[in-house]
Amino acid sequence: MIGLEHYLTVAAALFVIGIFGLFLNRKNVIILLMSIELMLLAVNINLVAFSSFLGDLVGQVFTLFVLTVAAAEAAIGLAILVCFFRNRGTIAVEDVNVMKG
Amino acid sequence: MLSADLSLILPEIVLSLFAMGALVGAVYSGKDALAKPLVWATSALMVALGVWIATRGPGTREAFDGMFVSDTFARFSKVMILVSAAAVLAMSQDYMARRGLLRFEYPVLVALAAVGMMMMVSAGDLIALYMGLELQSLALYVVASLRRDSVRSTEAGLKYFVLGALSSGLLLYGASLTYGYAGTTLFSGIVQAAGEGQAPLGLLFGLVFVTAGLAFKISAVPFHMWTPDVYEGAPTPITAFFATAPKIAAMALFARVLHDAFGGVVSDWQQIIALLSVLSMMLGGIAAIGQTNIKRLMAYSSIAHMGFALMGLAAGTALGVEAMLIYMAIYVTMNVGTFAFILSMERDGQPVTDIASLSLLSKSDGGRALAMLVLLFSLAGVPPFLGFFGKFGVFRAAVDADLFWLAILGGIASVIGAFYYLRIVYLMYFGAERDDRLDANRSGVLWGMMALSALIMVAGVINLFGIEGAAAAAAAALVN
Repeated sequence: MIGLEHYLTVAAALFVIGIFGLFLNRKNVIILLMSIELMLLAVNINLVAFSSFLGDLVGQVFTLFVLTVAAAEAAIGLAILVCFFRNRGTIAVEDVNVMKG
Repeated sequence: MLSADLSLILPEIVLSLFAMGALVGAVYSGKDALAKPLVWATSALMVALGVWIATRGPGTREAFDGMFVSDTFARFSKVMILVSAAAVLAMSQDYMARRGLLRFEYPVLVALAAVGMMMMVSAGDLIALYMGLELQSLALYVVASLRRDSVRSTEAGLKYFVLGALSSGLLLYGASLTYGYAGTTLFSGIVQAAGEGQAPLGLLFGLVFVTAGLAFKISAVPFHMWTPDVYEGAPTPITAFFATAPKIAAMALFARVLHDAFGGVVSDWQQIIALLSVLSMMLGGIAAIGQTNIKRLMAYSSIAHMGFALMGLAAGTALGVEAMLIYMAIYVTMNVGTFAFILSMERDGQPVTDIASLSLLSKSDGGRALAMLVLLFSLAGVPPFLGFFGKFGVFRAAVDADLFWLAILGGIASVIGAFYYLRIVYLMYFGAERDDRLDANRSGVLWGMMALSALIMVAGVINLFGIEGAAAAAAAALVN
């Protein structure tokens, strides 16, 4: 029997993979965007699982909003990345270093 | 019912319709030729909306079943957001026009970001919170990389985007846990589920993630790493915008989430906020010492100031929220003036951000140096000026809540912080002689903002322009 805990565990695992992808990745900015998407999808699994468990539709409505915003976010991220690539000629993470923060 | 709801969010509707209309109008006509009138129109509309919101009747009203709350707290924050955004827009017009940066997208994006910020401070629900926050963030990612042919600006945009998206993810994960364990996304339902004193473990996890996400937005340590790079890389008017309106919105949203949704479990979040506060004050003070770029310095300065504002929040009382609101109002006024000064720093018409170039400014341009002296003393919190009263308020709130250690550490941090502000004063008045002096530059708007802001720092000492009463009413509406 697959219960709420299983869904929450999968979502937590995906979320952690997303965070690690963001911090450990040294190669490519596109992978950062994929990691961000993974985190948001983990949240969506969480929301839908809770929504079904609680018998409350608000969670699924929230999911639809998150999906829409995630699409807009990816579009803006890619647009900024294209601008960056035009100026710098590379999208390697280690080359995002003109300013040292 | 719907018409009552719509009339409550009319200011937001007006501003978003204006932004959309301006976008369509600019695209179908002269494009960037329209940018200058658009900047002024947006600025004027924001001030008008601010006046309108300030004069709307008192009391707490809710729209859309509690998703949108219009109380004194929200109105107070909205007026600050709109006025500071309008001031920054007015300051940036000349600077951007002379550098070919004045595109019509700029006022449109700032207006949309302002709509997002107004949604944030009025949110009564996790979905409304998220939508407002994202509307603000998405607009800010784009304006950070507005100078799209510059490596620095696009890099700033990229860094801001990646870390901002990470923080949104953290906040959202917290929101999903909160929803799951409270069974509702409404703040009024969450506060009941969290109960008095002891919240369920799932809700606490939700609280921690939401706090981490919001701490990113106000750039509190340890979630501050994007701030210096974004401040340095973004064009200076954009940096001025980042340092003012979004900070108020995020701080007000922070206060709303902590008090409206988690007001029953103050002892659970108090220690987190106190820790964020101490770390921000200390790191902001120490890391700023070695900076040579004034925009990076202002980034660390804003981190430290957010630490002080968080101290008011850490008190967890109405007095603390009041002190935080007053602190933010003073902080924003000081920052508008300081950035007006930074925008006017030029040598042979080229912008300069090197601190060493301020050497002996008092001889070439005494008025500007004097205004900056007042602003810097106020930023440092030296007694006769307004900045001191902001700090005094948050210290009093912390002591009142028995957080003596926090107030003492805050005192130490403000002494450390005073060093780098006073170093600039020293350079301006007693620095080494240089042959490449800054231009004497008193262009109308910038000098006006600088002088006005410096004047407020001196004259406000008398009665804080009555802002204290408004802040107290706002805090009373939030904490009950």
